[in-house]
Amino acid sequence: MAVVSALTFAAFLQFDPNQTGFQLVEKALWIPQLNVYYLLGTDGISFPMVVLTALISTLASIGSFSIQRREKEYYCLYLFLVTGMMGTFLALDMILFYVFWEIVLVPMYFLIGIWGGPRKEYAAMKFFLYTFAGSLVMLVGILGMYFNSTPHTFNLMELAENEFSFGFQKLVFLALFIGFAVKVPTFPFHTWLPDAHVEAPTPISVILAGVLLKMGTYGFFRFSFPILPDAAYWFRPYLAILAAIGIVYGGFVALAQTDFKKMVAYSSISHMGFVLLGLAAFSTNGFNGAMLQMFSHGVITGALFLLVGVIYDRAHTRDMNAFGGLNAQLPVYSGLLVFFSLASLGLPGLSGFVSEFLVLLGSYEYSKIYTAFACLGIILAASYLLFMVRRVLLGPLNPQWESLPDINTREIVTLVPLLIITLGIGLYPRYILSFFVPTLQQLLANIGGALA
Amino acid sequence: MAAMLALVIANNYVQYFMAWEVMGLCSYLLIGFYFHKDSAANAARKAFLTTRVGDVGLFLGIMTLFVTGGTLSFTDLPNAVQTGAPLLWLAAPLIFCGTIGKSAQFPLHVWLPDAMEGPTPVSALIHAATMVAAGVYLVARSFVLFTSFPVVMPWVMGVGTLTAFMAAYIALTATDIKKVLAFSTISQLGYMVTAMGLGGMTAGTFHLMTHAFFKALLFLGAGSVIHGAHEQDIRELGGLFSKMKQTGATFVIASLAIAGIPPLSGFWSKDEILLEAYEEGHYLVYGVLLLTAFMTAFYMFRLVFLTFFGKPRNPDIHAHESPALMTIPLWCLAMGAILVGLPGSPFMDHWFQGFLSGAHHGGEINGMVMGSSVAAGVLGIGLAAVLYLLKPQWPVAIATTFRPLYLLSVHQFWIDDIYAILILNPFQGLGEFLFGFDRLVVDGLVNSSVTAMQRMSQIQSWIDRNIVDSIVNLTGRGTVIGGDLLKLFQTGSTQFYLLITCLSVLAFLSFELTTGFQELPLLREEFYGFSSFILDNIFPAPWGSNHPFAP
Repeated sequence: MAVVSALTFAAFLQFDPNQTGFQLVEKALWIPQLNVYYLLGTDGISFPMVVLTALISTLASIGSFSIQRREKEYYCLYLFLVTGMMGTFLALDMILFYVFWEIVLVPMYFLIGIWGGPRKEYAAMKFFLYTFAGSLVMLVGILGMYFNSTPHTFNLMELAENEFSFGFQKLVFLALFIGFAVKVPTFPFHTWLPDAHVEAPTPISVILAGVLLKMGTYGFFRFSFPILPDAAYWFRPYLAILAAIGIVYGGFVALAQTDFKKMVAYSSISHMGFVLLGLAAFSTNGFNGAMLQMFSHGVITGALFLLVGVIYDRAHTRDMNAFGGLNAQLPVYSGLLVFFSLASLGLPGLSGFVSEFLVLLGSYEYSKIYTAFACLGIILAASYLLFMVRRVLLGPLNPQWESLPDINTREIVTLVPLLIITLGIGLYPRYILSFFVPTLQQLLANIGGALA
Repeated sequence: MAAMLALVIANNYVQYFMAWEVMGLCSYLLIGFYFHKDSAANAARKAFLTTRVGDVGLFLGIMTLFVTGGTLSFTDLPNAVQTGAPLLWLAAPLIFCGTIGKSAQFPLHVWLPDAMEGPTPVSALIHAATMVAAGVYLVARSFVLFTSFPVVMPWVMGVGTLTAFMAAYIALTATDIKKVLAFSTISQLGYMVTAMGLGGMTAGTFHLMTHAFFKALLFLGAGSVIHGAHEQDIRELGGLFSKMKQTGATFVIASLAIAGIPPLSGFWSKDEILLEAYEEGHYLVYGVLLLTAFMTAFYMFRLVFLTFFGKPRNPDIHAHESPALMTIPLWCLAMGAILVGLPGSPFMDHWFQGFLSGAHHGGEINGMVMGSSVAAGVLGIGLAAVLYLLKPQWPVAIATTFRPLYLLSVHQFWIDDIYAILILNPFQGLGEFLFGFDRLVVDGLVNSSVTAMQRMSQIQSWIDRNIVDSIVNLTGRGTVIGGDLLKLFQTGSTQFYLLITCLSVLAFLSFELTTGFQELPLLREEFYGFSSFILDNIFPAPWGSNHPFAP
């Protein structure tokens, strides 16, 4: 992990945010018969995701010290998983992208299936089959693009230059959409998520929420929108509807949870809805907000899952009603939990607010109704998070937990960087925005050009 | 504190909103300060959520302003208004939603009484004097926006008046010393909002200033009482004046101020608002506000008489005066409560109003309005004195006679219960319903699609086993049977083969002869070709002229 972080940091130094094309490109011919390349590179869209991946997986690996069983296999699969995620965000060749996308599934399947909770087999199987089914549809879309492009190519940049017919674009968009939507997850393709999250061990939940979900929305940014702009424009009302449903629906269902981890899982569905809404807005604010929301959701929800894990390791239960008054017993833990809850409910000054504000600003220009729905989601977020804080931290202390130890140094080490980032983005969003604003501006200009 | 200062020096709506929210957060944390108490924890959550509902309105309002008006700066607001963008008017009511939430106006006032679970100095500072006034300040800041769209103004006025009246009415029967003050705060905030709605920005802001002093004083006084007597229920208190002279004296000053007795500060500012209502011709509003002023005087002095005068009702209470650390701030605020009205009074030529509006405020003194407001105050105090000092049995009698009205007040118009039935329970219920829906329908579909696939694969497996495979097996079996049959021909006896050959040739020849050569030209030709080929190759006879080995 240290190596990955170091390399990412090196890339960080070399990355020039003002350049809109791809940078740090690596290219090698892979399957010459099909014109497939091993083509990696990064730009303003993928670079924040790469940083996020490195960050979250490093912290989650520190969080993995609590895993005491079959460590060798665990870390082996873990590194394999990181490879897949990095590759997914870096691949510029659609076949290579597909390969990395599928590679992620394999270690994830085993990580949930071996180190998971009581229903781990079911959850792992469901996760694998669901996403696999989705990605097969995506593969059909990829192949469709290959055969309709002249010359036949899987190269992303060359594909983007092809002008596909409108009907064909719609078909391919739909195919890619199913693949990506399962991953996001968008309502109604979301049910694998609560199971997988609840059964997965803590660090894996963190990676699931922090990185894996972003692969879906990243797919929209990287492939669907640049290559199929007309279809994306045509589908925007549907995207917005699904986003609004997801935001409100996820919020309501989160409100009904008694399982701490499940609540956070459903809140993810709600928050990822904002990303989709920002995409549907088709404006600078919407895109920037969606991109930032991807990053900040990864950080905040990752932290929340870590916190759930902390309490689960100690109390061996996640039933929120079983707790109460922990504020007196675990002051440091409580402070962190309140901080990240507030970040998640979009308190100004923390990163969640900036991204949701931008998304809503973008979507308001597009549609007032969906924006109003999304605002309902914000109220719901405040409801379920404060309800959680109320049940877990406040009220009289349950005598059962009188000997519960507070959060330890290792756990604090995993959380503090996330805290700093959340605060940093919230107070000075310009810095992180500068990484992707030029690229998104260019993307919007390209799409706009295709529309005109 | 920092957030509140940031709020008043913010020059655009985004900064304002951020400060506003951080303020809400601090309020949440401070209300929940005694978090081990269930009531405090619930009150904190309620306060945050209720104001948040208003905040979303404000948030949408800010976005409307930005999208239609193109600016978020307070200073650019007048220019933006003049552009006359079509949807700009929508921003005003939406921004007002924020005020309703934060300044505890009807229908989002329910959080403020519960917020009294927090420590008393917190109540004094943020829930009486300053933070709740941020909503009024917001209207004052966006005043251009409100005045440009006259449709909105009656609503602002109506909400304010209704709140002022309703909260005062509830305060009549409240028995917790801090609850009385909380409802009083709501009522006074209602006054300010009404003033805004009437177009009296200066009057509203002036009342905001004066109210901050005497209400903070009242809360600190209440805190001192709670500290000295360890009791918050005014029915248990009584006769405290002899034991807590400092507290009692300042409390009476503040009560006189809020009751609108000249020359204390509350008189000047409340009079301004009443004057505004009268001059604008809103006589109904004027009447209601006057009635509210009467009720204000009544419930405040009910509080004063029950707490500080009469006989001690509970012998277990051994009150003592609070230390100087607590009484000195009381006197400071008392000075304010007395004097702060003067800058806005005719004696100082309405300096405060001039400072705000930038123009000379040539307000006439309206004897009728002034007289009526003083009369309302004096009458209220008098009635309270009669009921709670002279004839203590009367209030009970009145309560039983007008039982429905009494219950309406005691149960705070049942608004909390209505919200529980109409909003909270349905929300929770909807959440649970959707969760069930998610489990059963959405996830059920996923699982049943898997089950369906398993079923299908079972069917296919049956088909595979019984049909496809049986065809394969049949082929195999057919081959075996065919082989078995053909085996019969493989006898190994030459005679048998010869016999077969002869029979075949005979059969063939007979076939050829009976059908005739003409009808099967093709067959014949092929037959000839084939036989000649065989004959040529196998028997290289001398007659084959084109044979390769032919000489």
